[in-house]
Amino acid sequence: MSKRKARDAHLPVGECIKQVQQILRERFCERRLPDRLEGVEAQYKHLLELLRRTAIHGESNSVLIVGPRGAGKTTLLQCVLRDLQKEEKVQKNLLQVHLNGLLQTDDRIALKEITRQLHLENVVGDKVFGSFAENLAFLLEALKKGNRSSSCPVLFVLDEFDLFAHHKNQTLLYNLFDVSQSAQAPIAVVGVTCRLDVLELLEKRVKSRFSHRQIHLLSSLNFTQYLERVWTQLSLPDSFPDKKFAQEWNAGVKTLCEDKSVEEVLQRHFNSSKDFRSLHMLLMLCLSRVSVAKPTIKPADLLEASRMCFADTTANMLHGEYKSYQRSVFYPWSEDSK
Amino acid sequence: MKYFTRMKIRRVYEWSGKPRSFNRRLKTYDYDSFAISVEGLSKIIINTGQDIFIEGCDEDNPYVAKVTRLYGDENGQQMKAVVQWFIRVSELPVNKLKLLGREPHPQEIFYYECRNCDNEVNVESILRPVKVKHLDSNDPFPDSADKDTLYVKLSWDSKVFRVVNSTVVESPAEPAPASSPPSCLKPSLPMSPSCSQSAATPRGPSRRVLPTPDHAIMHKASLGEVGCSSVGTPANVEAESLHSATKLSASKCLSAKRRNATARTPGVRKRLELSSPEKSVTGEEVLSQLLNEELESKVTLTRRPPPSPAHPLRVTHSLTPLRKAHRPTGAQCGVPLKSSSVFLNKWPLSDSESPLSPAKDDSTRATQKKELETIKEPVLSVLAEVENEKSPMVTETPRSSKRKSAMLVSSRIKKQLNLLENHQDPNSSGEEEDEFVPSKNDLLSSSEEEGQDEDGPNIDDQVSAKKFRYVATGSRNSRSKQKSYSSARTQRRTPAKKISPGTPQTPRHATPSIPIRSLQTQQPANILEEARARLHVSSVPESLPCREQEFQDIYSFVESKIVDNTGGCMYISGVPGTGKTATVHEVIRCLQHAADMDEIPSFHFIEINGMKMTDPHQAYVQILQKLTGQKATPDHAAVLLEKRFSNLAPRKETIVLLVDELDLLWTRKQNVMYNLFEWPARRHARLVVLTIANTMDLPERIMINRVASRLGLTRMSFQPYSFKQLQEIIMSRLNKLKAFEEDALQLVSRKVAALSGDARRCLDICRRATEICEHSAADPSSTGLVGMSHVMEALNEMFSSAYITAIRCASTQEQLFLRAVITEFRRLGLEEATFQQVFVQHQALCRIEGLKPIGVSEGLAVCQRLGACRLLLLEPSHLGVLQRIRLNVSQDDIFYALKAD
Repeated sequence: MSKRKARDAHLPVGECIKQVQQILRERFCERRLPDRLEGVEAQYKHLLELLRRTAIHGESNSVLIVGPRGAGKTTLLQCVLRDLQKEEKVQKNLLQVHLNGLLQTDDRIALKEITRQLHLENVVGDKVFGSFAENLAFLLEALKKGNRSSSCPVLFVLDEFDLFAHHKNQTLLYNLFDVSQSAQAPIAVVGVTCRLDVLELLEKRVKSRFSHRQIHLLSSLNFTQYLERVWTQLSLPDSFPDKKFAQEWNAGVKTLCEDKSVEEVLQRHFNSSKDFRSLHMLLMLCLSRVSVAKPTIKPADLLEASRMCFADTTANMLHGEYKSYQRSVFYPWSEDSK
Repeated sequence: MKYFTRMKIRRVYEWSGKPRSFNRRLKTYDYDSFAISVEGLSKIIINTGQDIFIEGCDEDNPYVAKVTRLYGDENGQQMKAVVQWFIRVSELPVNKLKLLGREPHPQEIFYYECRNCDNEVNVESILRPVKVKHLDSNDPFPDSADKDTLYVKLSWDSKVFRVVNSTVVESPAEPAPASSPPSCLKPSLPMSPSCSQSAATPRGPSRRVLPTPDHAIMHKASLGEVGCSSVGTPANVEAESLHSATKLSASKCLSAKRRNATARTPGVRKRLELSSPEKSVTGEEVLSQLLNEELESKVTLTRRPPPSPAHPLRVTHSLTPLRKAHRPTGAQCGVPLKSSSVFLNKWPLSDSESPLSPAKDDSTRATQKKELETIKEPVLSVLAEVENEKSPMVTETPRSSKRKSAMLVSSRIKKQLNLLENHQDPNSSGEEEDEFVPSKNDLLSSSEEEGQDEDGPNIDDQVSAKKFRYVATGSRNSRSKQKSYSSARTQRRTPAKKISPGTPQTPRHATPSIPIRSLQTQQPANILEEARARLHVSSVPESLPCREQEFQDIYSFVESKIVDNTGGCMYISGVPGTGKTATVHEVIRCLQHAADMDEIPSFHFIEINGMKMTDPHQAYVQILQKLTGQKATPDHAAVLLEKRFSNLAPRKETIVLLVDELDLLWTRKQNVMYNLFEWPARRHARLVVLTIANTMDLPERIMINRVASRLGLTRMSFQPYSFKQLQEIIMSRLNKLKAFEEDALQLVSRKVAALSGDARRCLDICRRATEICEHSAADPSSTGLVGMSHVMEALNEMFSSAYITAIRCASTQEQLFLRAVITEFRRLGLEEATFQQVFVQHQALCRIEGLKPIGVSEGLAVCQRLGACRLLLLEPSHLGVLQRIRLNVSQDDIFYALKAD
């Protein structure tokens, strides 16, 4: 073992804490995709196969990913795309267009964005020129000219898919689905939405052209799995530079999870909501209490974080208002005495 | 006499000569000239630098421009010309005319300097050459009624008039036209400006002095005519000499002469003064004739330029017969007599003419007489005819009957000329004959008087060509019927005006395309993949099973319309996925095949889709673009289409228009639908409209009476597929590929038939089933075929509602909240409650369940989550605890989901 490695193995505590904060924060803020998805393997496989067929076989597809907020829909899609891009055959063979219903609030904007992201020939620099009608005709013409065997497949990701259904006449959706059902350039349309009734939003012609594939992300995990999830989320990876610190930290997390009061708090969270985003929020609050002086997460931290999460904001506000009001009215001297 | 319809005229445009250069970047070839040929006639060559007429919305006043560049694309499909526009008085905005400060001359045009107008036109829109003259701003306009010579004094840049330099306006000296020109027979498309002028001249005396003629004959002719119309105003004619020197053939000169003769203009005098080299070389004979003429009317003689020496004899031939016929007419000639002495001095050879003089006198008199009878009758037509005596055909026109004397004269002239030519001047005659042809046609076309002309058809061509325009085929040709020409003009010429200045436009040559994939697509590797590929909705089946009857009906409908050259509408309805569009496409494919085999006349298929346009009025734009390739605004396109469908148009084949998703074309006034159904009823439209929509009673429901009535009663309804049909469809697609168990197929088709009868759904389920089968292939019990279990799974995936699963998967508090909602509904007896009320129930339920009651904030969060999934319907969240809650699922579903736990 080289000298340098030996030194690396024993970082100062401050350095270690910094590393921990960075790793876990990235994880909780969903800045870094998880290496492996848990609990949604089937959906992952389904989506991966679907997109791979589009990329490799040039088969047009359309699919909706449906699940409640915070259930990991986007994470799933990102993971699939990441893994897809790793494949040699797919890498250069897939164009991606990402749209968001909250940004592209009507078809005109959406079309410009599509044209821009596809770098069609009516894009100058970063701007798309031409009227709405021209853009639509241009895009359709471009897609129509393509064919299954020679054109590059295009992946359309429509985030907040339900909002696209509110566009006038659902022109964009109709055309995308129509292309996906006809012998034109191969495209895959992936809609991401949290609305379970999204199909009812589609007009009958649009609906008929949609393939009716839906991938539901409804987590059916129980409390034990939930606890496990907390544990994995808090654990440090093996690649952590200071092995010793990592071991200590992981042991600390394990004891934390076995703590009765902690389990109670987590149970309450689990009852309230199964989605991972609220869990991440809770853990983030715990993490922020970790410091050099206190290099582990104590059960008390979790309790405090939980208290903050469940705080009834309206009541708190009234309470705080009342308190300060009380203080200023009934104990006007208190400020001065301090 | 023969009258040819416009339909018979077909102009063919082709490049003459090799491309001059090739532009690598734009992939275009530059050319020096192109040729316009009309069926059966020889070509007319148009060179760069020539002034031309471009067809415009007003047939009498086509647009005027000068060709600056000619180019075409690689495969020769596109022929484009870059032009410099001139604007007519009539195209100027009326209020701007005040800026001119004087009364515009009707023949006046302005050099158009507006930079933002599109100066690229399709070559097909070019009609013929025209003569454009530059006048100094102080010079008066020559006074004559010749419509084919236009004068430029000023330029117009859409704001002010400016004096324009003559060098910009006048065509530069051009190389002589390609080898074929002399033989050009078509009057309407003359090869050179002079020809074009001559074409129009017969109708009225030309005001313009034309290039100096090379031949004595011309001079004589002109001289002969000079006497009759004596009105003359001074004009500048400098440009002509250039033309004449460079490219005018004898015939052109002759025609020019004729024109000159008809209107004696001061321009003639000027020309003399100019004494261009050519003129100085002119033959003695002509001079002598001129002198002779002078004796009768001095003015005319003096004005004549010296004729070219080459063809002195000719003149005599033509003139002699006239002499006999029309002696008495001499009296009319002498109207304006000006002192000619000055000019006479310039003519060196004037004395030599004597022997022929009597003939000339006669001829002039004869012509004068004719002219007096009708101005339209060109004197020179006689001459022209002489050349063509050999031609066996005699075209009789109504006019000829009136003019027996003229015919008589002409025939005599011919005979004499022929005789004389034969022994006297074989060379010149041969040459002249060629050159004469166009001018003769010109004359004939206008007067249609002379009987014998082998080029009868040409005449007709010419006549009709003037009125006749192709339906515009390029952006440039587009005509609008807008009331003021100026507005039409601005629209056409200056598209940039509409776009805010400075905004870059869409790259003009952007071609819509998707990048090519870098790796080859993989071919299906196994049976299941193969099946999946075949079952994809997009794969085109060899035939369309189960729609034979509908196919037959539509086929016979369209076929009969195509064969009969009539139009009609058909309305096709049916729920989505029942094969409406596919059937129509199949019909069109078959018809196209039949047309290729020449079993039926060819037709043009256009498809528009209400869903694929942003606005109902875009339908016009798309139809027009697919019809002609033009781009236009919706209003303009509507006008153009209206014009096209209501007028007789050339090379018109039946148009089959498929309008998909008709209901999307609904507008408040329903004018789009109205037009779509109105056009087929037009006599010349030859339009078959097939409309497709989902609802059977669409005409009754959304159309106002006059629209529904035009749609007619030819309707067809596509019934949803029965399970047997669905099964057949799948079987035919699989095409004996053994991938499915029989039962599985039946299950799918029965299920889909019961639900919607949508073939797309059926195919999608089968496709999904193959995937599921593939995944479970590892299972040793699997047969490799898609079985019932796989299909069941696929069906469940697609048809089962997610609500129940979603409720099962919801968190405890969410489930409790749903129960609280139901409890509250029961308590209230209403299907609606506020959050407050539900929350009270929720607290109670929590205690019952032994859970710690949650706070209001948490409760609201739970409620919002359920609302986001649309298990609950919520009012906007800013209402807080007062927001009202409704269920989006049935209470039974909730009970079922929760009890199953």
